[in-house]
Amino acid sequence: MGTVAVTEAKTMLTLPGDAVRQILWRFSDRFDIQMLVQSARSVARGTVAHMVAAGERNNHEWTPAKNEMLEAFDRSGISATFMEPEEGGFISGPKNLALSLSAFELAWVDGGAATASLAGFLALSPIHERGTPQQANHYMSLAAPPRPGEDRKPWRGAFVLTEPIPYVGVDTGMLNGKVRVAEWKDGEEPWLQVDKRGRFITNIAFANFVTAAVNSDDERIKGSCVVILEETDEGTFDHGTATKKLVHQLSSTGDPIFNLKVPASRIVGGYTIKDGVIVPNFNHGEIIEAVFRRTRVPVGLMTAAKLLSAVEPVIRYQRGRFRGAEGAKPGSVRYEQGIQQREDALHRLVDVWATGEAAASLGFSAARLFDELDPIEKQKTAILKERGVQGGRAEMKALRESEQRAIELLQLKQDSPRRAEMKSDPLVAYVLMDAEANVLCPATKLWNTGHGANMMREAVSLMGGYGITEDCPGFLASKWMDAQLEATYEGPEAVQRRQLTVTMASEVFLALFRTWTAEMRKIASTRPGTGACTLASAMQLWQWTMNHLQKATDADGDKLYHGQRQGVTFPLADALCWLMASRAQILDVLELENRGAEDAVVAEGLDGTVQFLSDLCHTQAAQAAGEVGRICAELVFGYNRHPAWNEEGHAGCFLSSELDDYEETMPGISAYAVDVLAADGSHPQKAGPCASCMGGGEFLRLQNKLSTCLSGSRLAKDRAAETVSKVMIPEALDYPA
Amino acid sequence: MGNALHVVVCAGTVPDPLQTLEPITGPNGPGVKNEMMLPAVLDPWAASALYEAANLVARNPGSKVWLVSLGSKAKLQQVMMAVAQKVSFELVPIDGPIGGFTDAHATAAVLAEAIAALPGLNRERLLLFGGWESATRGAGVTLQLVGERLGIIDQFQGVDQIEFREDGSFEVLERVEGGKHQASVCMGTPAVLGWATGNLAEPRNNPQTGMANMRTIMPALQKAKPAALQADGLHYISVALPKQHRTTRIEKDMTPDAIARELVEWIGAE
Repeated sequence: MGTVAVTEAKTMLTLPGDAVRQILWRFSDRFDIQMLVQSARSVARGTVAHMVAAGERNNHEWTPAKNEMLEAFDRSGISATFMEPEEGGFISGPKNLALSLSAFELAWVDGGAATASLAGFLALSPIHERGTPQQANHYMSLAAPPRPGEDRKPWRGAFVLTEPIPYVGVDTGMLNGKVRVAEWKDGEEPWLQVDKRGRFITNIAFANFVTAAVNSDDERIKGSCVVILEETDEGTFDHGTATKKLVHQLSSTGDPIFNLKVPASRIVGGYTIKDGVIVPNFNHGEIIEAVFRRTRVPVGLMTAAKLLSAVEPVIRYQRGRFRGAEGAKPGSVRYEQGIQQREDALHRLVDVWATGEAAASLGFSAARLFDELDPIEKQKTAILKERGVQGGRAEMKALRESEQRAIELLQLKQDSPRRAEMKSDPLVAYVLMDAEANVLCPATKLWNTGHGANMMREAVSLMGGYGITEDCPGFLASKWMDAQLEATYEGPEAVQRRQLTVTMASEVFLALFRTWTAEMRKIASTRPGTGACTLASAMQLWQWTMNHLQKATDADGDKLYHGQRQGVTFPLADALCWLMASRAQILDVLELENRGAEDAVVAEGLDGTVQFLSDLCHTQAAQAAGEVGRICAELVFGYNRHPAWNEEGHAGCFLSSELDDYEETMPGISAYAVDVLAADGSHPQKAGPCASCMGGGEFLRLQNKLSTCLSGSRLAKDRAAETVSKVMIPEALDYPA
Repeated sequence: MGNALHVVVCAGTVPDPLQTLEPITGPNGPGVKNEMMLPAVLDPWAASALYEAANLVARNPGSKVWLVSLGSKAKLQQVMMAVAQKVSFELVPIDGPIGGFTDAHATAAVLAEAIAALPGLNRERLLLFGGWESATRGAGVTLQLVGERLGIIDQFQGVDQIEFREDGSFEVLERVEGGKHQASVCMGTPAVLGWATGNLAEPRNNPQTGMANMRTIMPALQKAKPAALQADGLHYISVALPKQHRTTRIEKDMTPDAIARELVEWIGAE
């Protein structure tokens, strides 16, 4: 028996467990969600993992085994997560965090399983967000899993938006699905004929109902809408052929065909009749916006789960790499540490881990924000309705004053007597949260999946050749490939960047961003090891660049920050995502540090866990700073034309004869002159005279400051690597490979 | 059978069996390295007892299950997030030290005292369940000692099955050598049953059950009484993990019969 002295060093001893995660991601006081996590985990690491290990992903078709997975979702309560208790669920109130955690647990093992669980909710989301109370009650109850003693099969749905090429419906404005009046007798409800072909529709193989986006093909129906179609409706409900996906094979995807006659009461959100025309209360764009705003967050978290799930198998592989070899005897460094005796292996794993932590922090912060936003959004709608304001544009106009008040609130001093009054204004609260959510949601979807996919490649590479075999523990190769789909579906990267182009330029968001920068500096003053100062400097640089680009023009005098100028706006959006992820990560670790001692399980070893997670924050903040510095520098200087060896360029050069004269009064000046023209007109061998930094002085000052702010970040990485080489891991993975 | 049963299950938490368990000596004696930080589960043997208890209670209307657990209440709370979804029970937590190295007599005294104080418990209808073994260091006597302290003299160990009869008596199958069971008939409750694995699969999680259980579990955890266990002179000279012995031999041409023969010879030699 060994005797262990109490160590003074702050080293994380075990992998962060549930109690730590509950505090980091703020659900330690929600036992309903904690139970959901356990349920989802048991299905993921039981039913789902066995299916993957048995090769169920090798089949595009919907199989009985895959169907059993849905039944496991029902039995374990995963299918009921979306419902209110009175509809058959068990979680009251907003469920964004709950759904995100459930998807996270399933994606820890398989992304397709997570998608299968989310797709059913996606079908219900239009009804949940914009449906009439009758529609919501009817379809939620049908889709709820049977309660004990109930003998019925739950309905399963699919959301049908995307259409076959050339009208693949990523752009929500382009729909080929049609709806027209089939029958309309006086005094009776109209009947509609719906004609829609879907493409890449998830859950379609077993869907009993779908929510389909269609355009009017009849002057008696205005605009577009979303309609609910049921399998037993009159006409054709063809589930179509399975898509031959290379990823997410545990979810069903196919190309259905619908030609159905349905009552007008199936229009999601209802309709009104004006002058003999059916006017849907919500057009399909309004519904889709409300749906995707929330459902994209869990998708981003699915990729975060993959990254964090890779940590344990990689550590085990690295440590055991040489065991069994002739030259690696038990007790030797080679035997005990394997590849982990090499710094590169540890550093690369630290990068994967840090990205996973940041991605999870960003995604869960977005999910929590939507939980807060949901009731306030309802309140906002009610207030505006009372004022006679309804509809997208009218609401935007009506909220302008609240936006100004929100900006004013952010600028008020802490002791201002007006703060309390303005903070209690629900419209002010709404515009603040809305501005934040409008950035965090696309940032989660874009950064987590896009950068996450790149880092999954890194994780796979850390397993060597083993990583790209079916035998690789943790199914890492499948996860790498799956991440690419997560970056694509529910709005590919370009869609997220386009949304960010608009939302990150909002006055309210930029005002919020300024307060966050100050917040990071304040944190840095008491928690210097978190990288908060590095991040604050990067945030300052980003904001300076944003301001600059909004006013600046390129060498031809064309405006730089413009919706069509994606070479400017998209990279700037990417840079912002890095910052948002790093900020969320730091805030989570602070929460753990502040509240960890309250929990006896977390309290033991808290210092070490906080130290390690802070080191990951610092590492990530440095990466974010690097990305932001690179992108911003490119954007600020890249659109200036480089001086050439021509008359205009020569104006900024020295003549060699001039220098000779200057030397007499300023000895040594020649050493500083870079661009010198010889008497015969020859010049140094380079592209042209060096570009002037005129006008970029402030940027260069901030960039310079940012560079020096990286001090300590590599030391943090070294410390994190040291911990990775020592942290205790289980004997085996808790799901089969 | 119309007999309402009162089943009390004694169950502790143990580190998840997949975790690396390394014995160490701390200021309070032996323990498992980083045990508080390792993910925990309900002791698998006692968990079998809990599932059997729930099954028994479901077949006997008016019956009830209590789960009495001595250990860190923070740890227990984490474990409950999974266990509470499986079957219905009332939790009786006792906040005490974790680990398998506490004195069995002191542990039994605390457990017996808590059970004796359970409001509404009919000790004539009592079945005291627990694990026959433990995934941590099993003292092998704790459950028996609890039974003795409660005055229960009918005790069975290594139980795989219990079947009640119309007259209130029951038949118990206990594991004996050679993969066989010893069948005993007991005239009725009270009795102590230390369970082996039983015959039931682990129930699936059901969050509805969990939500119902949590209404009583969370307040019970908040009110859990602390218990300090005395070592009473208990001293461990040595603590070590069971030795794993593996000898690998590669055979390419052996028939299944030959492999089976060799295995039988090897088992016989053990």
